[in-house]
Amino acid sequence: MNALVYLPLLVPVLAAAAARPLAARLEPRLATCLLTATTVALAAFSTAALALMTASVLARSPLLAALGDYSQPVLRRGDPVPALAGMAAALLLTAAAVAVAVVIRARARALAESYRRAASMAPGGRVVVVPGHSIEAYALPGSPGRIVVSGRLLDVLNDRGRAALLAHEHAHLAGRHHLFTTVAHLAAAANPLLLPVARAVDYTVERWADERAAAITGDRRLVASTIGRVALLATPRPTRLRAAALGITGTRVRPVSLAWAGPVPRRVAALLDPPPRRQLALLAIVAILILTAGVSAAEAARDLHALLEFAQAAR
Amino acid sequence: MPDEEPARDAGPGTSRRPPGALEAEVMDVLRAAGAPLSPGQVRERLAARQLEELSYSTVVTIVSRLHAKGLLERERTGRAFAYRPVDDASLAASQMSQALQAGTDHGAVLGRFVSGLSGRDARLLRRLLGEDEDQPG
Repeated sequence: MNALVYLPLLVPVLAAAAARPLAARLEPRLATCLLTATTVALAAFSTAALALMTASVLARSPLLAALGDYSQPVLRRGDPVPALAGMAAALLLTAAAVAVAVVIRARARALAESYRRAASMAPGGRVVVVPGHSIEAYALPGSPGRIVVSGRLLDVLNDRGRAALLAHEHAHLAGRHHLFTTVAHLAAAANPLLLPVARAVDYTVERWADERAAAITGDRRLVASTIGRVALLATPRPTRLRAAALGITGTRVRPVSLAWAGPVPRRVAALLDPPPRRQLALLAIVAILILTAGVSAAEAARDLHALLEFAQAAR
Repeated sequence: MPDEEPARDAGPGTSRRPPGALEAEVMDVLRAAGAPLSPGQVRERLAARQLEELSYSTVVTIVSRLHAKGLLERERTGRAFAYRPVDDASLAASQMSQALQAGTDHGAVLGRFVSGLSGRDARLLRRLLGEDEDQPG
């Protein structure tokens, strides 16, 4: 087995670096599918690489050599993976298995809880209004899913703002966005280097719902101002905002650096910009990343197989 | 059984009933009532259901506990409180909101409209929305 086996472990670093720029530039629905697929593929390939490294070190044990009837010295000479790296790989593999199990359990519980609560709400109504003073709105996955909105939030929005809010939340339910984020975070549990990609998926599903709301209401600025206003109202620190509608008729103040901004300002900025388009160059970069990881994992597996056969023949 | 000593202290459970069964009975009585009930009325209705005779203080303890759990709403009527069940939808929703605020993993599957803002994000947002220009909408 040659040094290619390390490549699937390194590609997630590149993907993590590329995730946020990709999430910002790609059309959100495409970005969600692409980034989710990326996390799954790269997690699978890096796990396969760890398994190969573990196997190549295990194969050097005298017991397995005797059982498999191959030459141990030949195997040792032909394999560049140091024993220490193999043991580290075995540890990482175990840690990944435990982490995936923990995340599966937590997400399954969260989903079961969500379905249970959605089912316990009054039949018929898609939108459930919570009394109280909180500013809160969320989509509750279920069968049927619900949109939960606090009464106070409905009070502070006008009809158009409410339409934007409900369209956004409905898009989450209709698109089953929680499945994308769950899959991405499962993959990131297997390989924590992929966590920035999973977080990018959290962001792109919000953008996806924002763009749906913009398409349904036909007004990008309306969706942008509703998000911004609600976010400022929901922030615990008292803001100087008037209760009246926040105008965004003024031209956008440039330059505003979004480099270190949280998701809400980035979503608002994206809505104030023209709708994103498909960008083939970016797609190609992602495809190359995935292919590199996949091909090198496959090559490493082929190598190990060939080496074992060679060691068997040398016997 | 009727001569069994009713619990005088805070413990609501008598020996024959599993913990929580009395709470469920009380919830049931309040749901069936369709109007807010005082602890005295709850006690009468429990007695009418041929449950063991509960002391007034036991009933008060149970409804107070249910209120503390957020399962009952109460309003003052004269000197006592009258209790009524929180309706299921808003109960489920408000419990979910608590889970969200506690930052548990339950929040992970929910599509929230907005997440929290840092102070920096709030300033950035105001600039993006052109609040500085102070144009009324």
